This record gives sequence, structure tokens and C-alpha cells, in this order.
Amino acid sequence: MIRLENVKKIFSKGTIDEKVAINGISLDIQQGDFITVIGSNGAGKTTILNLISGTCRPDEGDIFIDNSQVTTLPENQRAKFLGRIFQDPLMGTAATMTIEENLAMADLRGKKRGLRLGVSKSRRNHYRDILGGLELGLETRLKDSVSLLSGGQRQSLTLLMVTLTIPKLLLLDEHTAALDPKTAQRIIYLTKKIVEENNLTTIMITHNMQQAIKYGNRMIMLHEGRIQFDIKGEEKMALTVEDVVRRFGAELKDETLLGS
Amino acid sequence: MFRTIPISLEQGLAYGLVAIGIVITFRILAFPDLTVDGSFPLGAAVVARLITEGLTPIYGLIMAIICGFLAGCCTGVLNTKLKINSLLAGILMMTILYSVNLRIMGRSNIQLLTVNTLLTPLENLDINRFIPIIIFFFVVSFSMKFLTDTFMNTQIGFAMRATGDNEQMIRTLGVNTDNMTILGLGISNAFVALSGALVAQDQGFADVGMGIGMIVAGLASIIIGEALFGKKTVQRLTLAAIVGSVIYKLIISLGLRLGLAPTDLKMATGVMVILALGIPALKKEKEGKLHLRGV
Repeated sequence: MIRLENVKKIFSKGTIDEKVAINGISLDIQQGDFITVIGSNGAGKTTILNLISGTCRPDEGDIFIDNSQVTTLPENQRAKFLGRIFQDPLMGTAATMTIEENLAMADLRGKKRGLRLGVSKSRRNHYRDILGGLELGLETRLKDSVSLLSGGQRQSLTLLMVTLTIPKLLLLDEHTAALDPKTAQRIIYLTKKIVEENNLTTIMITHNMQQAIKYGNRMIMLHEGRIQFDIKGEEKMALTVEDVVRRFGAELKDETLLGS
Repeated sequence: MFRTIPISLEQGLAYGLVAIGIVITFRILAFPDLTVDGSFPLGAAVVARLITEGLTPIYGLIMAIICGFLAGCCTGVLNTKLKINSLLAGILMMTILYSVNLRIMGRSNIQLLTVNTLLTPLENLDINRFIPIIIFFFVVSFSMKFLTDTFMNTQIGFAMRATGDNEQMIRTLGVNTDNMTILGLGISNAFVALSGALVAQDQGFADVGMGIGMIVAGLASIIIGEALFGKKTVQRLTLAAIVGSVIYKLIISLGLRLGLAPTDLKMATGVMVILALGIPALKKEKEGKLHLRGV
């Protein structure tokens, strides 16, 4: 469904600071895949998501969505295919706008925007219903400014916004890393629920090896801009932390990966 | 003394449109746009030239709005497409507009006292001049306020507000933020040019130097208004702009009465803005947090 072909990304090309961030990656993502991505700092995890979402363009190689080439399509025109959540809970919502205004903007992801009223009455009822599902009491605070919410509440809202119109591909960039453990657990649970309910194709970057092993049907480890290993199916289901350490211990220099 | 209040109301309401324009750029788009100092006299120049050429004032007004819109769009293009820093883009357009305004007028000022303007019929009414003029500016500024409020509550308006709030987020939702910035700057400067066109007809002349210090005066107005109404919603921001503008004019005319030299006005306004921006910043620094949007 989404295909990367021999993609290469070099930052500061031709200067003394030249850095090869992605060094020839090919990846074929199937409909319904839930891929977890691990790798040490600078391995190219976030860059891969940036390339898929169009935040930056590859220096070599091509990217396809449903067999049509999107390599040079700007970020805002890929929006209708993609939903993305960042590590920073502040990045997914507009703080000075209200909860319902944020949801209404997400409702129109990738669609044409006109001079119609931003929040319609029928949608407002729908927003109230889905906010109720979060069990955070936000359903009574539709007209509250998002700046009044906590980081965890904002990330929950972001998750809801991203999945309001079902994206072809959901990109999660360590979206629980900036939250306290309890909230992170909640968000991860919500993510799993939403992904399963909607059969979403998902890529989730995580710093947490156990998370990467527990969730998803496929796990990829990046190292210095290359795919170090790619485990899927049965093998992925049976995988344990010990397996990974035994087989790839040499590459796992970054101890943070082993933290729980 | 009894003339101070009607004069401040008249001028405050007329300049209130400038303040609404500045709210759109500085507050909603978080874009410190300095084009204003050039687009204000641009509106005046266009309307003055067209009226003296014998065209109807309404036509002149419409042309002034269009010219202001285009001037703002130019600043937007400089910033988004040519990647010129927002402040510099505004300064460049402001400087270019100085020459453009002289070209439009053919000289540095045009007097409009002897020709028929949009306000002439109101001034010829058999009542105190202030009453119809103040009503006129009240209606104009509040209709523009409601127009802005309504627009900012549409789907495009949401996208524009989000562009100023969280550009990355609204781009991932499929909005071309460059276009939003250009459109917002256009609308803002259309308001400013409209204000310039009305002020020229009200005071009876257009002058190439009439825009100097317009941004600082507008900012002062907004800051005064926000102290009263807060800045939580767009409705409050635009209300703050108009009311703040009237109070600002009132303070200025009181200052003049108390012996402030007219030549010191801009300095006094500047100091006012510095204090208003500086004091909360110093207070916040103690808390270890500093967050200023736009200004």
C-alpha cells in the first residue's frame, strides 16, 4: 500500500556537516500492518516518518502510496492519506482554539475548506459522543480552550483528531514518550483500541523495546540509516526481549532501548 | 474640553479599522506585519487621486481596498515564497509603497476640502457635524468587526487561526499555510487601506507621511483594549481593537491638553507600548517562563 524504494536522505549535502540520515531504505507496507520501529538516536526513525509525510524530500529513491508516486507531493497534499502524532503533546493541537474547533479542523483533513461555519451543530453532537469515549470528562468542555488541558489530555485529543477521518496510514512518533507512565499507558491502550477498531495501518516509533515487541505484527530496527532487521508474522508474535538481545546484542549499544 | 470626546470617538473609530487589521496579523497570524505604515497612506492616496480625477468616492474606496489587499499579499509572497524574514518583508513593502504612493498622487499631498467626498453629504446635514460622522464610523468599524468575527469562525477562518497558532499541525491536516498567510496579510492591509481612505476624506487631505507610526499607534490601541476585554476569543480581540483605539485617541488628546507637544506624540506612544510589553515580560521572567506571540 505504501512503498519506499531505495530511499536516501542526506542532510547538509556537500558541506562539512554532511550527514547521511537514511542510507537506501526499501520498505513495503501492507494494508493493516502495525509496524513498530526501534533504533538508537540518530538512526533515522523520525526522518523516515518525515519522508513519508512529505515534511522533507528524499535525495534519491521514490515513495508510492497505492502505486501512485508521491515523492515530490507537498506535505499538505498528502494529508488526506496520513494521520500523524508527534512526541510533543503540544504539537498536535492549536492551543488558543477550543476543543470543538480543533476537532472541526481535523474533521476536514485533506478536504477543501470553504466559508461554511467551522463547527456545525450535528458534528458538535458527534464530537461530544466521541469525547465521551475518552473518559476524561472532555465532553462537557467543548468550548474550553485547548491550552487549559494537560499534556495527556491534549495527546488523547490529538489521537481522536487524527482518527476522526480514517487515514490510510497512521504515523506515531514516540507519542507517549513525553507523558508520565500512567498517562502513557492510557494513550497506548487508546491507540491499540483505535487501531484495532478501524483496522488502521500504523507505524509506531518507540524508544521502548518492550512496547515494540508487545504491539504490532511487524518490528523494524533502524541503525545508521539502514534497516537492521525486519521481523514479521509468526516470528514477531513469538519474539521476546531476550531473543532480540541475543540475536542483535552487538547492535544494541544504546541501553535506553532496553528500559521498560 | 467638550469637543475632546467627539473628536476622539470620530478618530478612534476611523483608526479602529487599522487596529482590527493589526489584530489579524499580529494576534491571529502571529505575523508582525509592518506593511501597515505604507498601506494606510496607500488607501488615502488611491482614493484622493481617483476623487480628484472626478470618479465617485465609492469607486475610490473599492480601489483603495483592492490596492491594500494586493500590498498585503505582496508582503506575504515575500515572506512565504521568497523566504524573506517577516519583519524585513514588511519593511521592504512599506519602503516600496512610499514611492508608489508618491507616484499615485503625483505629489506629496492632495487636499480634498473642495471636492465632494463620501462624507460630504453627511457634513451638509443640518445638524451638528459630529453626530452623522460618528454614527458613520461606528457603523463602518463595527460591521468590519462582525465581518472579521464571522470569517474567523468559518472553515477557512479556523485554518487561518491555526496557521498562527500551530503551523505544523494545520499543515498535517492538509492546509497550505503559505496561502493562509498571504490571504491574512491581504485582508489585514485591505482594512488598513480602507481606514486610510476614510481618514483622508474625513480630514480633507491625503499625505504621503500620514502612515508613519501607524503600527505603533495600532499596537498601543490593541494593548489598551486587551487590558479591558482580554484576548481569549476573536470577538474580544476585535472589540478590544476598536474600543482600545478610541481610548488611545482620548489619552492622546488629553495628553495634548495637559501640555504634551504634538511632536512628542510618537515618542509617547512608543514608550507606552514598550511599558505595556516590557512590564509583563519582566514579571514573567521571574517565573522562568516567557511566551509572547506576535509581538
